[in-house]
Amino acid sequence: MKDKNHYLPEMATINEVIQETHNIMTFRVTFNDPQVMENFTFQPGQVGQLSSFGTGEATFVINSPPTRKDYLQFSVMRTGEVTSKLHSLSEGDQIGVRAPLGNFFPYEDMKGKDIVFIGGGIGMAPLRPLMLYMLDNRKDYGKITLLYGARSPVDMAFNYELQSWLEREDLETHLTIDAKYEGWQHTVGLIPNVLLDIAPSSENCVAVTCGPPIMIKFTLQALEKLGFKDEQIVTTLEKRMKCGVGICGRCNIGSSYVCMDGPVFTAAQLKELPNEL
Amino acid sequence: MDPVKYLKSADLMSWLEELARENKVFAPRYEGDAVIFAPFDPKQEISIKHAATMPPKKTVFPQSEKLVDFTYSKDPENLSRILIEAKEILPKGTTVVFGSRPCDVRGFTMFDRVYLAEKTTDVYYKARRENTSFITLACEKPETTCFCHWVDSSPSDASGSDVLATPIEDGYVLEPFSEKGQKLLTSSLLENGERWILEVKDVHENAAGFLANAPDLSQAPQKLLDVFDNMEFWENAAAKCLSCGACTYLCPSCYCFNITDETTGMKGTRFRSWDNCMSAQFTMEASGHNPRPTKAHRLKNRVGHKFSYYPAIHDGVISCCGCGRCIKSCPVGIDIREIVQEAINHEPAIGKE
Repeated sequence: MKDKNHYLPEMATINEVIQETHNIMTFRVTFNDPQVMENFTFQPGQVGQLSSFGTGEATFVINSPPTRKDYLQFSVMRTGEVTSKLHSLSEGDQIGVRAPLGNFFPYEDMKGKDIVFIGGGIGMAPLRPLMLYMLDNRKDYGKITLLYGARSPVDMAFNYELQSWLEREDLETHLTIDAKYEGWQHTVGLIPNVLLDIAPSSENCVAVTCGPPIMIKFTLQALEKLGFKDEQIVTTLEKRMKCGVGICGRCNIGSSYVCMDGPVFTAAQLKELPNEL
Repeated sequence: MDPVKYLKSADLMSWLEELARENKVFAPRYEGDAVIFAPFDPKQEISIKHAATMPPKKTVFPQSEKLVDFTYSKDPENLSRILIEAKEILPKGTTVVFGSRPCDVRGFTMFDRVYLAEKTTDVYYKARRENTSFITLACEKPETTCFCHWVDSSPSDASGSDVLATPIEDGYVLEPFSEKGQKLLTSSLLENGERWILEVKDVHENAAGFLANAPDLSQAPQKLLDVFDNMEFWENAAAKCLSCGACTYLCPSCYCFNITDETTGMKGTRFRSWDNCMSAQFTMEASGHNPRPTKAHRLKNRVGHKFSYYPAIHDGVISCCGCGRCIKSCPVGIDIREIVQEAINHEPAIGKE
C-alpha cells in the first residue's frame, strides 16, 4: 500500500470568514475534493496545519465539533508571518490543510461527570469543539459550566454565539473581562479570581482549561484551592511545530512530542514531564 | 548470502565507474580542507584514509529538498479567484555510497526508527533510504575522538550498511549484508575473497584494540533527567558554546528539520532543510515565548535527546553513533562525552534537588 504523504496539504476553500476581534479571524473551510470532505473524521481537540503557500504553515485547533460536519472551523490570531498572511484571505480563497493531527480530549472518560470549561482569550478556541460536542451529546454529561474571559469585550471571540450560550438552560455561562468597560453587563475580574467566586464543586468534575501561560498558572492554583486533583484538570498546549507528525524535533518536552502525544495533557501528565513549557 | 568478495586496490576506481553506470555514486573527496561525499568523478582522487569531515547524511536526507511544488493560476470562471495546485516531488533513482564509515551508516538506523515509523512514515526519506546502498569501510585505526564503542557499536559494525569493505594489503574484502549489497557484488572485477577472512578478522580486532574501555551509560537516561532543572550544570556545560550548530550539521544522527516556502511569480516550492536545535529560532514561538531561551537550555535538549529522551521511546537505543565529529569540529572544544559522564557522576547537592 502506498504510504500517505504527511507533508502534502489537502486543498480546501474558505467558505466563510468571520472577523471575531481586531486580531482574531475565523475561517470556515471545506475540502475541494467532496470525497475527502465526506470521509474526513476527527476528534475534539485535534489540530491541523493551515498552509498559506509561499509563506508557510502554522498549527490551529479544529474548533468546530465533529458532530457538525458542514465545514471545518479554524480561528487564527494575527501574531506572526503565517497568521498575518492568513488574515489577508477572504471567501473563495484556497488554503492547504493537513489534519487531523495530535491527540484529543478524553471525552469518553468524562462521561457522567460535571465539566468546567475555563477559556482565556484565544484559548477559548480549543475548548469550543469539546463543549459543543458535549452539548450535542448532552445526556452523557453532568452539569456543564463555562467561564470565558478576555481582556475586554472587543477581545471576545465567538460573539455571535455567546448570547445563545447564555440562554441555554443546560449550560451555565460566565463571561468576564479584565477591567471595567462601558456597557458590559457581565462579570469584571481576572479569570482565576472569578473562578474562585463561582467555586464549582470538584466532586466528580473535570476542569478543561486553555489560555495564555500566566492565566493557566493562576487558574491551576485556583483549581487546586477548589479541591481539583491534577488528574481532574485537562489542558491543551501549543508549541512551534513544523511536521506535525513527531519527526522534525522542535515541539518535544523530553520524550513527549506535543504534536503526537499532545496537544491535550492532564495536569498530572504535565507534572511527569520535564519542566520546559 | 553470496560468498565474500575481494577487490584489488588497483581496480577500485574501475569498479566505482562500473557502479556509476547505473547508479548515482557518492565517494569521499577533498574539497578545500574538508573531505566530503561528492558525486563520483573518475578524474578526481577519492579520499578514504580517515572518516570524512562530513558524513554522507545528505545522500538520504539532503541538506535541502523539495517536498511540494505549488502553482497559482487564475480561475477562468472567476478571474478574481486564484486557484492553487500542490504536487508532491518524490525523489527518484538509485544511489550507491562508497566509503561511508560504520558510524555514518549507523546514524541512519536512528533515523529509521523515526522516519519509517508505521503510522508516520516519511515518504521522502523512505524513497531515498530504500534506493540508497552503502558500501561501508571498516575503520583500521580509530581516532582519539571516536567513541562508537560507547554506544553499542564498533569500528567494523555493519548495521545499516549493505556491504562492509575491510581494507587488507593491496585490496578490500567485501562482505554483503543485504540483498542490495549482494547485487552490488556481481562485477567481474571482483574475485572470491573467502581466503582472506582471517585477515579481515585481524583488521577488525586490531581496530577495536585501539579503543579504551567504554564507560557504562545505562544510567545516562535517568541521570540526564535528574540534572534537567539544574541550570548551573547546563550553563557550565554550554559556557563556551557559540550556538554555531556545527555539531548538529555534522552529526550523522541529527535529524531535525525546518520547512520553508519559496515563491517566484506564479510558482513556488515547499522545501525541507536541515535545522539546528542550537539556534534560538528553533523553538521560538510567534508570541515571542521560547521554551528553550538560552544556549544552556538548547545544549541540554541536544544531549538529552540523544542520551535520554530518544532511548526512552526507542528500546534504549542511544541516538548518537559515536563518530566524534561534534567533538572534532566544535570551534570551542565542547566534548559531548564529558557532558554525559558529568551528568552520570553528578551528585545532587544536599537540600538543593
